[in-house]
Amino acid sequence: MSAIPQVRANPLGRGTVEAGQGVRATPPLQPPVVRRGTGGGWGGNDGGPLTGGDGLPLSTAKLGLWVFMGVVTVLFSIIVSTYVTRMGFADWRPLPEPRLLWLNTGVLILSSVAMQWAQVAARRGRIDSLRVGLLAGGVFAWAFLAGQFWAWQQLGASGYFLAANPANTFFYLITALHGLHLVGGLVAWGKTTVKVWRGFEVRLSVELCAVYWHFLLVVWLGLFVLMLTH
Amino acid sequence: MMAQTPYQESLHLHDPQSFWTKYVWSQDHKVIAIQYVITAVSVGLVALVLSGLMRLQLGFPGSFSFIDPTSYYQYVTMHGMIMIIYLLTALLLGGFGNYLIPLMVGARDMVFPFVNMMSYWVYLLSVLVLMASFFVPGGPTGAGWTLYPPQAILPGTPGSGAGIVLMLVSLIIFIVAFTMGGLNYVTTVLQARTRGMTLMRMPLSVWGIFTATIMALLAFPALFVGCVMLLLDRVVGSSFFMPAVTSMGQQLDYGGGSPVLFQHLFWFFGHPEVYIVALPAFGIISDLISTHARKNIFGYRVMVWAIVAIGVISFIVWAHHMYYSGMNLYLGFFFAVTTLIIAIPTAIKVYNWVLTLWHGNIHLSVPMLFAIAFVITFVIGGLTGLFLGNVAVDLQLGDTYFVVAHFHMVMGVSPILAIFGGIYHWFPKATGRMLNDTLGKLHFWVTFLGTYAIYFPMHYLGFLGVPRRYYNFESFEFIPPSAQTLQAIITVVALTVGVFQLVFVFNLAWSAFKGKRADGNPWRATTLEWQTPDTPPVHGNWGPRLPVVHRWAYDYSVPGADQDFLPQNLELVVATAGHEGQRAQGSEA
Repeated sequence: MSAIPQVRANPLGRGTVEAGQGVRATPPLQPPVVRRGTGGGWGGNDGGPLTGGDGLPLSTAKLGLWVFMGVVTVLFSIIVSTYVTRMGFADWRPLPEPRLLWLNTGVLILSSVAMQWAQVAARRGRIDSLRVGLLAGGVFAWAFLAGQFWAWQQLGASGYFLAANPANTFFYLITALHGLHLVGGLVAWGKTTVKVWRGFEVRLSVELCAVYWHFLLVVWLGLFVLMLTH
Repeated sequence: MMAQTPYQESLHLHDPQSFWTKYVWSQDHKVIAIQYVITAVSVGLVALVLSGLMRLQLGFPGSFSFIDPTSYYQYVTMHGMIMIIYLLTALLLGGFGNYLIPLMVGARDMVFPFVNMMSYWVYLLSVLVLMASFFVPGGPTGAGWTLYPPQAILPGTPGSGAGIVLMLVSLIIFIVAFTMGGLNYVTTVLQARTRGMTLMRMPLSVWGIFTATIMALLAFPALFVGCVMLLLDRVVGSSFFMPAVTSMGQQLDYGGGSPVLFQHLFWFFGHPEVYIVALPAFGIISDLISTHARKNIFGYRVMVWAIVAIGVISFIVWAHHMYYSGMNLYLGFFFAVTTLIIAIPTAIKVYNWVLTLWHGNIHLSVPMLFAIAFVITFVIGGLTGLFLGNVAVDLQLGDTYFVVAHFHMVMGVSPILAIFGGIYHWFPKATGRMLNDTLGKLHFWVTFLGTYAIYFPMHYLGFLGVPRRYYNFESFEFIPPSAQTLQAIITVVALTVGVFQLVFVFNLAWSAFKGKRADGNPWRATTLEWQTPDTPPVHGNWGPRLPVVHRWAYDYSVPGADQDFLPQNLELVVATAGHEGQRAQGSEA
């Protein structure tokens, strides 16, 4: 392992160790070898795979994210199945999907593309592209949330209130839950962005953000198609 | 490929400095585990008192003026919900899971310590929200622990004001807390095992907790969705579950919703929940029986696969809780069949426990007493489950005390016995002191015999047709007076057993400070948590080097070995004449 001390200007220092936890940054100006001694000076064990033991050949943070996305998938699957069940009852009055949702969907796709851009840039060590991609990804995501809120306003203004019909309630519930998950992603995005500007190692964090962004995009597309189906 | 540091080395553990970061805002899995245990046991004592109040009314109806129908239903509801969610689930996964997983797989901590800490504090918040409902106008909800709409949120049900709202909010918070913990347990088991600790060398406790956690991560979202939707029905007047309904002479704004939809959501969570509680108990019992019988667990691989099979099958049996709700006959047949099939892997486990005991060197220590009691109790509770799994029988017995007896035996008493056994077993590791043996045996015999005296007669009450959930039985001609005598006896025993739990609490508190000092491995057990350099283990668990695992978790009484147990991290040097190596041929799983 090369042990080149990191410099502030280059948050993509090749010598850095991929941390087991994406949320915790390597301190700036600290060579990776120093990290081995943190946490009470445990020397660790005799090598082995990434985990030092019999774990999977996969970063721990990434596995944690995949497990979490599994749980979220179950959550939305259950909502979809209740939606489909409830749809079959006599009092279901589909609400007109605001055209704005198409625009929002486009914005969310752009957000995902920008995150992917940032991830590729991080992998290739292009710090400027990384910054642009990350910022754009976040801004598009905020724009998506604002658009969703605007869609709520439009529906409310046209008299489609929360409790007027189960289709309405489902619409508000589904968009709110999806939005909340995106807000959670934006917290991670915010931490990653701060890290980039401070010159921390961020490759893993950016990758995790991109994966989560794509995941939420796929979830949204699924939900959107569902809500378009009458 | 870039150079990669072993995970455990790069794991940056916070270094606790002050009292606050060491014992309160701690990210150490052992401290978090103890926080979980203390909180869960405290709230469990509240639920125990509630059951005592319930029994007072049932045993001596009308004698206590402060127990009116409203408060009776509130006791029933809160007792059930607290015991199942906030005690059993939290204690088995949050408590035992947190303490045992990193120690048993040879890790320094959970893989996401901060998230782990958050999990506890959010859990505590959910408990506080729930407890707050005792102090709001109208009191806690009395809807029954299943919270079925429409009655759960309609006026006329106790606590339909703030009580039900707080209950639903508390459950939602609990699920968030559990998800944070659960992500940790799963990822830690998959990623942080030390060298040599393959999945098929893990102690069965870890397998049980691991599988139960995956199940909980899959099942709790259903409850989450159910709670959010019911909350919306209650607060904003939507109609997910609410049909058109007239309440107290007034037509309400609800219409078109399906109460049965809620039941599906609830039981899609609710049935796996039974095994979420049972699987960790199975694991703990396996380890206890093997250790205290000085014998390797019989059929380790089958035990693992049985755990996994139970986990899978338990997701396709939920509607056996809904035979009463009206069901297509073929659907009922399907769910009856899956329900009976789940008895097969469960029976395999029971056989293997018994075969582990067979010809074992059985030490009747307190943990072992609880373990054996668990097996007996679980068999009885499981057998009555076979009765109730059949649609035709269930329709006769489903709303009687037979069911109360069944589920208390199988998922009340059984997991509690496993928890007691586990606490008596691991207390020396957690505190460095032994629990008092005499008090432990007293606690065991009163609890074990007492629960039989409480629940066994309830089967007969059920056969008599005594309905459950009722505040009193004044107008039922068919119930003979002797049933009331039996109820009074049950109440006396229940209160006695309840009071005797104070012996346990006293034992915990007293022994933690004054108990006999324990060495690092008082039960001479093989698993890694007993091989830590310090007892209780310090922050980081293992000192400078992680243990390396050379064998499975159950090398007891290996023929030819110098001692009757071979720790998992013991490296054997095959004997050659004149060398000082250990002279045993360790059997590998």
